[in-house]
Amino acid sequence: MSATAAPAAVKPMISIDSISKWYGPVQVLKDCTTQVTKGEVVVVCGPSGSGKSTLIKTVNALEPIQKGSITVDGIGVQAKGTNLPKLRSRVGMVFQHFELFPHLSITDNLTLGQRKVLGRSNEDARTRGLKLLDRVGLSAHAHKYPGQLSGGQQQRVAIARALSMDPIVMLFDEPTSALDPEMVGEVLDVMVNLAREGMTMMVVTHEMGFARKVANRVVFMDRGEIVEDATKDDFFDKPRSDRAQTFLSKILAH
Amino acid sequence: MNYNWNWGVFFDPSPEGVGTYADMLLSGLLWTLATALCSWIIAFALGSIIGVMRTLPSKLANAIGTGYVELFRNIPLLVQMFLWYSVVPEILPQAWGDWLKQLPNASFYTAVVCLGFFTASRVAEQVRTGIETLARGQRMAGTALGLTTAQTYRYVLLPNAYRIILPPLTSEFLNNMKNTSVALTIGLLELTARARSMQEFSSQVFEAFTAATVIYLLISLVVVTLSGLLERRVAVPGSR
Repeated sequence: MSATAAPAAVKPMISIDSISKWYGPVQVLKDCTTQVTKGEVVVVCGPSGSGKSTLIKTVNALEPIQKGSITVDGIGVQAKGTNLPKLRSRVGMVFQHFELFPHLSITDNLTLGQRKVLGRSNEDARTRGLKLLDRVGLSAHAHKYPGQLSGGQQQRVAIARALSMDPIVMLFDEPTSALDPEMVGEVLDVMVNLAREGMTMMVVTHEMGFARKVANRVVFMDRGEIVEDATKDDFFDKPRSDRAQTFLSKILAH
Repeated sequence: MNYNWNWGVFFDPSPEGVGTYADMLLSGLLWTLATALCSWIIAFALGSIIGVMRTLPSKLANAIGTGYVELFRNIPLLVQMFLWYSVVPEILPQAWGDWLKQLPNASFYTAVVCLGFFTASRVAEQVRTGIETLARGQRMAGTALGLTTAQTYRYVLLPNAYRIILPPLTSEFLNNMKNTSVALTIGLLELTARARSMQEFSSQVFEAFTAATVIYLLISLVVVTLSGLLERRVAVPGSR
């Protein structure tokens, strides 16, 4: 039972093809190209300001790009005529600061998208939402509000909320960076389980333990460029670039 | 100061022939309340739309919203009142203008529209601030779930923004209520106008304006109390 078994079919779920992005005169993404195949877990890492969060947000068009193209499950994200809300509903996203809707109960957080986007009945949405809440170990909190939960609990709810839409791929944007250290583990556990169940995942994180455990590949970014795109073992054991070596020595020093 | 105090004046018959001075003030109060409430409905609805427009990604919507706010916020209310009352009926097609001029209670409708449009610019600024106070992440979270822009506003941004701006909205509501007194200049017989005519007919200036002051204060007190109740009612458990 290998945690990082190669995906059965090699079909690109996310294909990022030479994309570039500018904020005014500043280029934040430089000709980035990479893929995520079905069932694969790809960890994106790099120093802060390297563009990794921006890169992951381009996948569901939360951040527009000026050059290149992205396809998700064969659908062009930039293509004219693409139904972006529909595409986004199939791509789960988890944010650094959770972004649960503070005025809605946990149950309503889990059902809003299902009801308004997928058109599920209250009954169905609730059943599905509570099942996922159980899966992240928070059944007892269904009636509470986000402000009454700890950071780690909120992030687990956020993962459940994303899963409630039955996504074909999950994006994680530094899901543990805003958490107190003692809460990182509970969130990573949920993510590891998800990876082992075969979910296609793209994860921006500094948690190298997580990368070692479940990643298939590691994409290393620096200053808006993808410097290294390697299998997990290659990246950790023999990083090719100086920049990746420096980064790893800093992050693994402790 | 040689002043002849007479607190009983409120029960003297008013020069209108029916009722007392107290009835006159009461009728003024009702016009004040009617004008304040009707104009607030316009201000709240229009102000919300304009405020939302200023936060949309569309440049055109932004420009319209900004133009509206700058226009209505920067012309003195008194001038706007005269413009609506005297100028607008003249520049409309003649049939419409004539219809407006012979409308019963024309000064009431004019005051409602004028105050509604004026206060809308102030409500718009509050709504915009409320939406911008919410972290950009809330909009992203709604969008990432697959909600459309309209749904993101309806289910995520606005419910939170209105909660945040409830206290400043209350004070805008009170400002709007107090601004109804400007409508006396176009002949609306609201509370201040009534107090003034009571003073003119009875010469009891202190009594007349003390009554008006106390009534305005009482309205404020009621509004602030109701707003506090509303705030507690819509408070989100676990928030600050």
